[in-house]
This record gives sequence, structure tokens and C-alpha cells, in this order.
Amino acid sequence: MDIVVEHITKRYGPQKAVDDVSFAVRTGEILGFLGPNGAGKSTTMKAITCYLAPNEGNIMVGGISIYEDPQAIKNSIGYLPESNPLYTDMPVINYLQFIARIHGIEKNQVNKRIAAMVEVCGLEGEKHKKIGELSKGFRQRVGLAQALIHDPEVLVLDEPTTGLDPNQIVEIRELIRKIGKEKTVLLSSHILAEVEATCDRILIINKGKIVADGTASDLRKRAEGKEILKTGIHGGEEKAVQDALRDLKNVEMVELLARGENLFEVHSKVGQSSAKAIFDLCVDRGWYLTQLTPTETRLEDIFRELTAN
Amino acid sequence: MRTIMIIACRELRSFFDSLLAYIMLIAFLGFTGFFTWLFGNGDVFFRGEASMDAFFGVAYWTLFFFIPALTMRLVAEERNSGTIELVLTKPVSDMQFVWGKFLSVFFLICISLALTLPYYITIASIGPIDHGAAWTGYIGTLLMSAAYISIGVFASSLSSNQIVSFLLALLIGIFFHLLFGMIARNFTGTLGNVINWFSISGHYQSITRGVIDTKDLIFFFSVIFLGLFGAEAVLVRRNLSSNH
Repeated sequence: MDIVVEHITKRYGPQKAVDDVSFAVRTGEILGFLGPNGAGKSTTMKAITCYLAPNEGNIMVGGISIYEDPQAIKNSIGYLPESNPLYTDMPVINYLQFIARIHGIEKNQVNKRIAAMVEVCGLEGEKHKKIGELSKGFRQRVGLAQALIHDPEVLVLDEPTTGLDPNQIVEIRELIRKIGKEKTVLLSSHILAEVEATCDRILIINKGKIVADGTASDLRKRAEGKEILKTGIHGGEEKAVQDALRDLKNVEMVELLARGENLFEVHSKVGQSSAKAIFDLCVDRGWYLTQLTPTETRLEDIFRELTAN
Repeated sequence: MRTIMIIACRELRSFFDSLLAYIMLIAFLGFTGFFTWLFGNGDVFFRGEASMDAFFGVAYWTLFFFIPALTMRLVAEERNSGTIELVLTKPVSDMQFVWGKFLSVFFLICISLALTLPYYITIASIGPIDHGAAWTGYIGTLLMSAAYISIGVFASSLSSNQIVSFLLALLIGIFFHLLFGMIARNFTGTLGNVINWFSISGHYQSITRGVIDTKDLIFFFSVIFLGLFGAEAVLVRRNLSSNH
């Protein structure tokens, strides 16, 4: 089932939380929704799950519009809301039973589904405890279990790994990747490493608008433009080497990384490479290269660049 | 309908899990039992006739105070903890949600009234009781309860603070319970009749006396539907532009 979001706008009072946002998620794709706090991630997810109607625009899930048949859409979506609200006075098992029944799972299937969820989410030891007595990590698992219990075609997860320890985070990511092979997954996060590790495609949203859309390597390429080389040159005076590098035609900026080690960071001009020029310079002057490493632009930098005010 | 029942049953269960239901049952049976059998002035033995009037008179006031205490958390708590988002992103419409909440308290009231049936049986065994009046009395009490539950659900949907919801339900309730009747007495003619029509006590008394009039039924059902549609309208309001 595909999710198609067409030009949605959502206002809270005079403020636009989501401003003319359009994108699509295909079946078998995991889309990471990235953005600073208050960028409109959760609002968009609430609109997709039919909790909030957008002021303008349309959303289609599996070809059905949210205005046409919200109940059918809701039944095909598994949703983990942002703060993972749960009925804390209910035991885990009863809670899952309630969710299963509300999704219309047949009576003889309910227990089978619950057993499967308990296993997948690692809730075996906690299933008879009240949700209020569980630690945050286990609550998050209960939240995931309730989102997955009806085997939904579409999974919408709003910050699924908050509050989990590193082991659990890895487990949950693997789970999401496994599910994402056959289903449509939309997950939001502000942890970049997480999105990069889990998602096929990344959507960066800022102040209600989409500012970037593509795979992690696409985004890198876009932001790269500039080549950054970590360069080590020995055989000459540090100052002389730095000046010589600076004088090269393609070089925009040279930074000394560590004093006394002749290690520099060479930023080339946009779209140009200075690797050959550096090599030629060394040959010319009789210096020798100890290092010439291209530095990858980190996703954090791209994120900051795109979402900085 | 199935969805409504699932929500109602979950809610009813949580009433029993949180002891609220037991407290309510004990207090209700205690109050009505005391005033029906032991109080002296106005109880069954004092009256010297086999009638349930004493019981219905007490139930009329006890339920008025108890129902807002039961309804106050229905929507307010869900809104406060965010679980409302969870439920409404399941295949549940706003209207089903509101009806489920309404029915949960209604069932609890049914249970507590069923537990007063021994009063009826006892009174019937000590004297000739007007069976018709007793049964219509129960029907009237149920209708009145339903009206207050619906007002309570509406009040609960307005705020995420349970105390505010409780007081609001009492405030709206007191108009129907007492004030409309009192105000109506100060007016004569059509205006007085119109205001009096809004008073629950008049409709309640005519039903408990043993007369089920369509007018009374229309009144109770109007209040019930109005309250529930109001609650739904408040929930739907999140789609407009306010910050919920």
C-alpha cells in the first residue's frame, strides 16, 4: 500500500505547522522523516493516520482518500504515536486483547496474534504486569506490539526508539527493517544515525516544508559539491607547505589540523578537485605525501545546513 | 455497534479495576438503603405503605452527584494521557468513541440499580405494591441517569482536567435538576411551561408515578442525544484549527 501525500497544509491558529507538503512512500520502502522539534513531523503523521484532518490537500493510503473512508485506512495502518500513550492501568495482555478486538481480528485468531507479538517484541516476562509498572523500554515495546498486532500494510512510527537502551535500539531497528521489506514504513526521528541505518529514503522537513528528499548518499552528494581532503605532507616547513597549498588554483581554504604534524584539511572550490594539484606540488617541491584522504560530509552537517535558521 | 461495545466493556472493566465501581456501588446502596429503610422520617416503615417512592426519591439525588464523579474522567483522562489519539487512530469513529464511553457508565448504573431489586422484592412481600409504578420508576431512573451521563460525557470532553469536568457536569446538571423548575415557578403561562419542560424533576416524577408519556421520553432522549452530539462536536473541533 502506497502513501501519497498531496499538498497538505495544517494550521494551528495563525501558525502553519505543515505548509504545502507533498511526498509519496511506496510499498516495501522505509521512509525516514527527519527534522528538528516542531518541524511538522508529528502533525503530518497525525494527518496520515486520520487523527487530524489537514486544512488543505489530500492524503491517499492504498488509493483511498482520508476523506473517503478513514475507518478503512485506520484499519490498515499500525501507528505508534509520539509519546506512546497507553492505558497504564491495564495488564499488557488485556491491553493487546483490547487493541486486537478493536481491529476486528477474529476471536480464534486473537490469542495467536498476541502470542506472536509477545514473542516478536520480547514481552514474555512482562505480559501479566500492568503497563504502568513497566519501564520505558518495555512500554515502547508494548507500543510497537499494539501497532503491529493486526499485521498492518502500513506502519507509521513516531520516534520509535526513544527511551530504549542501545541493545533494544538495534533490535527494534532490525525489526523495522524486517517488516519494511514487505510493508510501507514511515518513521520519524531526530537521531540521524538511526534514520541512516534503517531507512531507504530520507525526507528532511523544516518549519513545515520539505527541504530535502532522497537516499542518504543522494543527500551527501547534494551537499558535497565541495571536496574536502585530509592531507599530510612531510619534507617541508609547515608554514611553507600551508602557503603553497593555499596558492593552488582549485583550493578555497586550508586548515591546519594539528600543529607540528604537517596535517591539513584542504577544502576545494565547488565542483573542483585538487588532489592532482597537491600531488604535482609535492613532486615539484620534493615533499612527500603521508596522507591524502577524502572526508565524507557527515549527515549531521547536511541536516544543520538545511534546517539552520 | 461491536466497536462501541468493545470500548464500553474496556471502560467498565477499568471502573472495576480502579475500585471506583465498588466505591460507587457501596456508597449508592448504602445511601439508598439507609434512607429507604432506616432513616425514620419518610422511610418505608414511616410511610406505612408498600411503595418504592422513598427509594426513588433518594436515588434521584444520589445519582445526580455520583454520575458526574463517574463521567468526569471518561474523555478528560484520555485527552490528558494522550490515549485518545491512540483510540481514534484505530478503526473507531468519534461517535463510536463517545457512545462507548456513555454506555460504560450506563451499564454501571444498570448494575447498581439491579442490586436494588431486593428492595423491591422485600417491599412487595410486606404489602400490596403497585408493580407498574415500581417498574416505571426504574425506567425513569435509568432515563434520568442516561441524561446525566450524556451531560457528563459532554462536560468531560470540554476539558482535560477532571475536576473541571466534574464541576461543569454538576453545573449543567443542577439547571435540569433544580433550577429550571424553580425559575419556572416565577413565570406564568407559556414561558413558565416552556422553562418547566426543561426541568428533569417534572418528567422524572411523572414517570415514577407510573405514567410513561411520549413527551417525557422525547425529553430524555433529546437530552441524551444532544449531550453526545455535543461531545462529538467538541472532539471533531480538533480538525478545525485549535490546538488539541
